[in-house]
Amino acid sequence: MTDASLSTWVHRRAEPSWLGRLFDSKPFLVVICLFPAVGLLMTFLTYPLALGIYLAFTDTTIGRAGVWVGFENFTYLLQDPIFWNAVFFSVFYTGIATIGKFGLGLWLALLLNNHLPFKSFLRAIILLPWIVPTVLTAIAFWWIYDPQFSIISHLLIKTGLRETNVDFINTAWPARWSLIAANIWRGIPFVAISLLAGLQTISPSLYEAAMLDGATAWQRFRYITFPMLLPILAIVMTFSIIFTFTDFQLVYAITRGGPVNSTHLLATLAFQRGIPGGQLGEGSAIAVSMIPFLVFATLFSYFALARRKWQQGETND
Amino acid sequence: MALITRRTALQLGASAAALGAMGGFAYAQSDIKTADATPPKLDIEKGASLRVLRPARFVPPDEEIFRANCARFAKETGVEVRVDLVGWEDITQQTAVTANTGAGPDVIIGFNEAPHIYTDKLLELSDVAEYIGKKYGGWLPLAQKYGKKHGTNNWIGLPFGASGGPLVWRKSAINAAGYDAPPDDHDKYLDLSRKLHAAGKPSGFALGNAVGDGNGFANWLIWSHGGFLVDEDNKVAINQKTTVEALKYLQELYKTFIPGTVAWNDISNNRAYAANEIWLTANGVSMYFALKRDPKLAEIAEDTQHSLLPKGRLDQSPMAGLTLNAMCFKHSKFPNAAKSLLQFLLEKEQYDPWLQANLGYWSQPLENYSASKVWESDPKVALFKNVMRSNFWIGYKGPISQASAAANADYIMVQMCAAVASGQSTPEAAAAEAERRARRFFRS
Repeated sequence: MTDASLSTWVHRRAEPSWLGRLFDSKPFLVVICLFPAVGLLMTFLTYPLALGIYLAFTDTTIGRAGVWVGFENFTYLLQDPIFWNAVFFSVFYTGIATIGKFGLGLWLALLLNNHLPFKSFLRAIILLPWIVPTVLTAIAFWWIYDPQFSIISHLLIKTGLRETNVDFINTAWPARWSLIAANIWRGIPFVAISLLAGLQTISPSLYEAAMLDGATAWQRFRYITFPMLLPILAIVMTFSIIFTFTDFQLVYAITRGGPVNSTHLLATLAFQRGIPGGQLGEGSAIAVSMIPFLVFATLFSYFALARRKWQQGETND
Repeated sequence: MALITRRTALQLGASAAALGAMGGFAYAQSDIKTADATPPKLDIEKGASLRVLRPARFVPPDEEIFRANCARFAKETGVEVRVDLVGWEDITQQTAVTANTGAGPDVIIGFNEAPHIYTDKLLELSDVAEYIGKKYGGWLPLAQKYGKKHGTNNWIGLPFGASGGPLVWRKSAINAAGYDAPPDDHDKYLDLSRKLHAAGKPSGFALGNAVGDGNGFANWLIWSHGGFLVDEDNKVAINQKTTVEALKYLQELYKTFIPGTVAWNDISNNRAYAANEIWLTANGVSMYFALKRDPKLAEIAEDTQHSLLPKGRLDQSPMAGLTLNAMCFKHSKFPNAAKSLLQFLLEKEQYDPWLQANLGYWSQPLENYSASKVWESDPKVALFKNVMRSNFWIGYKGPISQASAAANADYIMVQMCAAVASGQSTPEAAAAEAERRARRFFRS
């Protein structure tokens, strides 16, 4: 380093340049640091959402730009039995699958919370269904439910329990239950592992105290485990409901909404009308109509399950 | 076959070998007749270059010959040609984006209705179409329907070929049921179907959300009874007596199917046929080639025959092929070069080798190409040479439009049939529901 550069450096340090002063200014730093995040959100979240909502009020098709038609798409949907069927199945699918996932997931979490041999190995295995990409799960189930080549039908016929193939997805109700079963299978690990994390935060001293008081296993679960688990249960359930309600891949890959539209979820129906059917406006209207359901589901699980004093910042009961 | 150099011929041989035995697959000199015709005056722009978009290939030689043809055009005219292939599901959306943004490829070889949707974004191709038509014995009916703007003689698309889905059946099973071939009469066909069912060798047709197979079967059922989705004036006409009769016929026919076809997609019948689960179905030629290529399934291929779908009440078998439809965009800076390229590709020096490379997957749009050697390569494929000799199209009898394409993609006809077959609706209710849904698409 030469003398000249050293003196320059000292000089700058004594009196910062406009750039230095700029970077010292807090408002400027706030703006510059927020910009990437806000920019990304605006570009990839707000803009598409706003565009989707706008499209829902137009008659845009893939071939041409549409004109503003107000609530025409929605009034058509209100009298479209296929739409109402999709609303019904979305709610039914979400409801039953969530109950199944939480029932089985909680049970699994309680089992894993015990001292078992190969505990960490078992926990890793449990996660597998969730790690596998959904579309692969869907393809596997598609084969399992195939009208001709189902492994389950094959085994049942081999063992003489049945004479014909099982009807998994050829008629409406079996198809609905089959899809719910696939969704539950896929969703259990997420619930189980999240609840297991919750279980491990419960202090063993509570159980010890309960046992000294002579509490039964059920009483310990009902009055210690369950209340202590509720906050995490609320969060996990909110996520689970949102994932299930907006599910697309399982249904689209296994039944494509068939037989005769009986297993369309709002998401698959929106895609079917919007992209292959080309009716972008109507497809958007179906997608937009999911928003109230999601808001309601989120509020419900939040307020119904999470209204606990100690959750709102007061640590002491 | 001047265009196939020694090197491409070797490559083709190698890829054919890689695919396994393809029967009498060879590039032969076909005797394609031509009439005198004057090509239109197309002054190719100086320094022109073109981008072409087309759907993915069925078989590797398809792409190789297509690229070789374009390279030859480049060599003769000095116009640089870039060819991109995209997946089948994507071409419709890419065409839409190209048309709406006015940017991108100069030429797209799309499917079916595309030129009819984007007519005002496209160059008129009548000069090329008339010249090629005159030279090669005229355009076949399906090509005229898909090429010309509705109700006019103005060409907006140049069909390059079509792929159909006739009946595919096992000779042994049909003969054992007492028939030489599937009959054209509805009652006799039902009788055959019942006998096959009784023999434990049932038929099966997709009634699920299968774009190709499902629509193919549903359209056949309704059309062969004299019904149609919309009339000539684009008025929805599905809710009529003939439709109900067709659906009542389906109630009987469905009982003879293998169980589960309401859940079928486009691949299901191929799998069931290859596994000896079904002995009669409808499919494109691809299934036969897949069987023929697999040594374990060659026996099934040997026993397989193709025939047209039953005529029923009509005097022609109703089948609408999937049509390759080429279009040139107005936004192209080199319209004459684009039109020249399409004209060049349809001339026999280029078209016939390409047709042969496709083994019969695509069938020609022009009369004189019926003499192509491709139809002699395997007698079981010969039937496919008439795919474009059809007076039925997707959206029959109305104009080809966005609405007819959307009604097809939204499975209106298939779901009407599936609802009746599965017992969810009465024929009358299903026809009324189809009418309600179709009205939505065909509203002006």
